[in-house]
Amino acid sequence: MSSIKISGLNKYYGALHVLRSLDLTIGAGEGVVLLGANGCGKSTLMKCLNGLERPQSGTISIDDKDVTSAKGKQLRSIRRDVGVVFQQFNLVENLSVFQNVLYGAMGQRPGGLLTVWNSLAPNTTREKAMHCLERVRMADKAGYRCRDLSGGQQQRVAIARMLMQNPKVILADEPVASLDPKAGREVMDLLWEVVTEHKMTVFCSLHQLDLAKNYADRIVGMKAGRIVLDTQQVNADNESLAELYQGDTRVDSASNGYGLPGVGTGMQEEPA
Amino acid sequence: MSVEHKPLSASTPARFTSPSWFAWFVILAFVFLFAQGFSSAEISWDRLVKGARNLTTFIGQAIPPDWSNMDVIANAMLETLYMAIVGVALGIILSVPFALLASSNTSPHPIVRAVTRFLIATMRTIPDLIWALIFVVAVGLGPLAGILAIILDTIGFAARFFSERIEEVRPGPANALTASGAGRVSVIMGAILPETLASMSATSLYSVEKAIRSAVTLGLVGAGGIGVELSTAMRLFQFDKALAIILVILVVVIGFEQLSSVIRKRVI
Ligand SMILES: Nc1ncnc2c1ncn2[C@@H]1O[C@H](COP(=O)(O)OP(=O)(O)O)[C@@H](O)[C@H]1O
Ligand SMILES: [Mg+2]
Repeated sequence: MSSIKISGLNKYYGALHVLRSLDLTIGAGEGVVLLGANGCGKSTLMKCLNGLERPQSGTISIDDKDVTSAKGKQLRSIRRDVGVVFQQFNLVENLSVFQNVLYGAMGQRPGGLLTVWNSLAPNTTREKAMHCLERVRMADKAGYRCRDLSGGQQQRVAIARMLMQNPKVILADEPVASLDPKAGREVMDLLWEVVTEHKMTVFCSLHQLDLAKNYADRIVGMKAGRIVLDTQQVNADNESLAELYQGDTRVDSASNGYGLPGVGTGMQEEPA
Repeated sequence: MSVEHKPLSASTPARFTSPSWFAWFVILAFVFLFAQGFSSAEISWDRLVKGARNLTTFIGQAIPPDWSNMDVIANAMLETLYMAIVGVALGIILSVPFALLASSNTSPHPIVRAVTRFLIATMRTIPDLIWALIFVVAVGLGPLAGILAIILDTIGFAARFFSERIEEVRPGPANALTASGAGRVSVIMGAILPETLASMSATSLYSVEKAIRSAVTLGLVGAGGIGVELSTAMRLFQFDKALAIILVILVVVIGFEQLSSVIRKRVI
């Protein structure tokens, strides 16, 4: 059974051709890392996958439901089963950790905010939120305001919020790119533990090669808007992985018709 | 470290630059209007002397202030405060939906946004005294006209600032909830409004100060409150009563500004 199926996907921002005829199928329960240098189009692909951006052509389906044509109620029902972890955590910083975790269930019920607001939420919901926080080892911080937490702690809260949503598929867009290496490792460990426990499908973009090799079952490599590599992690050879960071990696580099100074054409980008 | 003195290169900006022709135009127009205005005020030595004499008479008659009908003044002042508080409370509550409809990131449709922004701008542009005049015609003399005027004045002011703050909220958290399948209204109430609360309380507090000051003057056009008493006293040349009223206004307004600055320090 395929969990995510992308075919013939093209996405433009104005004249900028960002996603260039992508085809990709991810099976249920697979842990796939999308690897590529900065500016190669990873975030754009992630946004298309849950309908935050609309591609110009091609189709995407998640659990055999078509995302590209879905609107309104349909789109919301697809999104309910897709958990997203963001690079910038995206917690509501003025509110408590606990409230943010409760928000994970906001889309699950017709009452929306009324059923997940701390003062109004049913006891079962509150208990579940506490369980999710315990799972990410943040239960002792439940009453803290999010803005008072470190980046790594915020990302763990965001994972708890994602658990609260109880999704089947996880999309993570560079979940550790704004964390220091140690906190980044912890977050990746936690994320992978959690998705394995719940047998979720995970599609996680990264720009760090070493992390990709440690966590992925399968590595998909992207370069300048195209998928140029798709291999099981065990078979991935260093040469073709390093190739992802060489030459024209960005979709907006000069040889792709965009004369941005200082990027692309022969300039080698650090695999960071 | 010594600096070598080289001749200035041609690309060094000049010390003085001449204003653009547009700036010249604005300056000339301003000077012209100023001269016109000054002469139309017909300021003459005669009038200045006479004015000074009248002012002395006013002060002479106003001192000592007449506190004999303090009860009437106190009641009128209380009415003024009620007007201000009711008006500003309703105004601030209504400002929130207005601001949400007027902000690019929360408005349901660009047309709704344009219309709401236009309404808010109208409420802000027309001064509170003119609103009061209009409502005196509509609902008659008394505090209701004043309350309505304050409501509109508050919306014109507060909704604009609320909306500016709402548009500054970073989109990430709202996107995250949208991505989890949450509905639009829940996302706005749950992720956008909470981030604006601090700034909204500051704006609201300022609105209260502004409303009290305007409630005082609204009575001058008959819209209830202490202004009614003041304008009557002035018209009947009872300057000693007028001074008593002015002093009461001064004390209340200053007292309220102090209170509000204390609250501001506590809250923010
Ligand atoms: N909303 C947007 N509007 C216009 N261009 C965009 C937008 N988002 C991304 N881009 C451009 O698309 C390209 C790919 O960006 P992105 O998908 O963020 O790459 P990555 O996540 O791999 O670093 C970049 O050149 C970026 O400037
Ligand atoms: Mg990115």
